[in-house]
Amino acid sequence: MDPNQAKLLKEVMAADFTLIDLNLYLNTHPYDQNTIMLFNNCAQRAKMLRNQYEKLYGPLTVQNSPYKCPWQWINSPWPWE
Amino acid sequence: MWVYEKKLEYPVRIKTPNPKLAKYIISQYGGPDGELAASLRYLSQRFSMPTNEAKGILNDIGTEELAHLEMVGTIVYQLTRGVPADVLERAGLGAYYTDHDHAVYPMGASGTPFTAAYIQSKGDPIADLHEDLAAEQKARATYENLINLADDPDVIDPLRFLREREVVHFQRFGEALRIVQDKLAEKPFYVKKPDCMNPVYKR
Ligand SMILES: [Fe+2]
Repeated sequence: MDPNQAKLLKEVMAADFTLIDLNLYLNTHPYDQNTIMLFNNCAQRAKMLRNQYEKLYGPLTVQNSPYKCPWQWINSPWPWE
Repeated sequence: MWVYEKKLEYPVRIKTPNPKLAKYIISQYGGPDGELAASLRYLSQRFSMPTNEAKGILNDIGTEELAHLEMVGTIVYQLTRGVPADVLERAGLGAYYTDHDHAVYPMGASGTPFTAAYIQSKGDPIADLHEDLAAEQKARATYENLINLADDPDVIDPLRFLREREVVHFQRFGEALRIVQDKLAEKPFYVKKPDCMNPVYKR
C-alpha cells in the first residue's frame, strides 16, 4: 500500500475508533449532553475522512456507490494482507 | 472490521410462541450445520484464499451468515418469549430452562453446545471450498426439515428465506471454486501448499 494511502487510512481508523469508544460510553451514559455533542463532531469528521479516502482509494464498505466495471469491491489489498 | 446495522436482513414477527419449535430451530443457531458454524468457517477460511473473488465471497457470505445467526436467534427468542417454566418443560425444554432460562444459547437440537469441531479451515482452497459447498447443502436440508416440522406461517416464512439463501451461497461457492481451479491450473507454481509435489523440496 502506498504511504499516502496508509497515512489516510490510519486517520480514518483513528476517527472511527473514537466513535466506537464514545458509542460504548454513551450506551451507559445516555444523558451526557457534552459527550453526545463530541460524538456528533467526531462523526462528522470521520465521515469527511472516509469520503476523502474512498474517493481516492476505493470502497471501505460495499454499500458505497457508484461502482465502475469491473466491480472493485474485491480488489486487493484486503485488510489482512 | 464490522459495523452493526440495527435491522434484520429479513423480517421476523412471530405472534404465537411455540417452545417445541424453538427447541428444534435453535440447531441453526449453534448446531452442526448452523449459522454460527457457517460464519466462523468462512471468515476463518478467507485468509488463505488465493483469488480476490474467493476472498470476497468468503468474506461477504461469512458476514451474511452473521445476519442469519441474528435472524435465527430472533426466531428462538420470539418462540419462547414469556412462556412459563412448566410449559417449556412440557415442550422438552426443562433442561434448557434449568441452564439458560429464556436466554438464547448456541447449541444443537440435541442439546450439544456449539463447538469449533463443526468446522475446518484447511489452508487448501480446493478442500475448503468443497467443505463450504457441502455445508450449504447441509444447512439447506436442515431448513427443509425445520419447515416440515413447523406449522406457523410466521415461522415458515423466514425459514424459507434462510433456505433460499443457502441455495444462493452454494451457487456462489461453486463459481468461486471454478475461478480458483482455473487460476491454479493456469499458474501451477502459484500454489504455496504442495511442497511435497515439488521435486525441489524433496529431500
Ligand atoms: Fe449459507
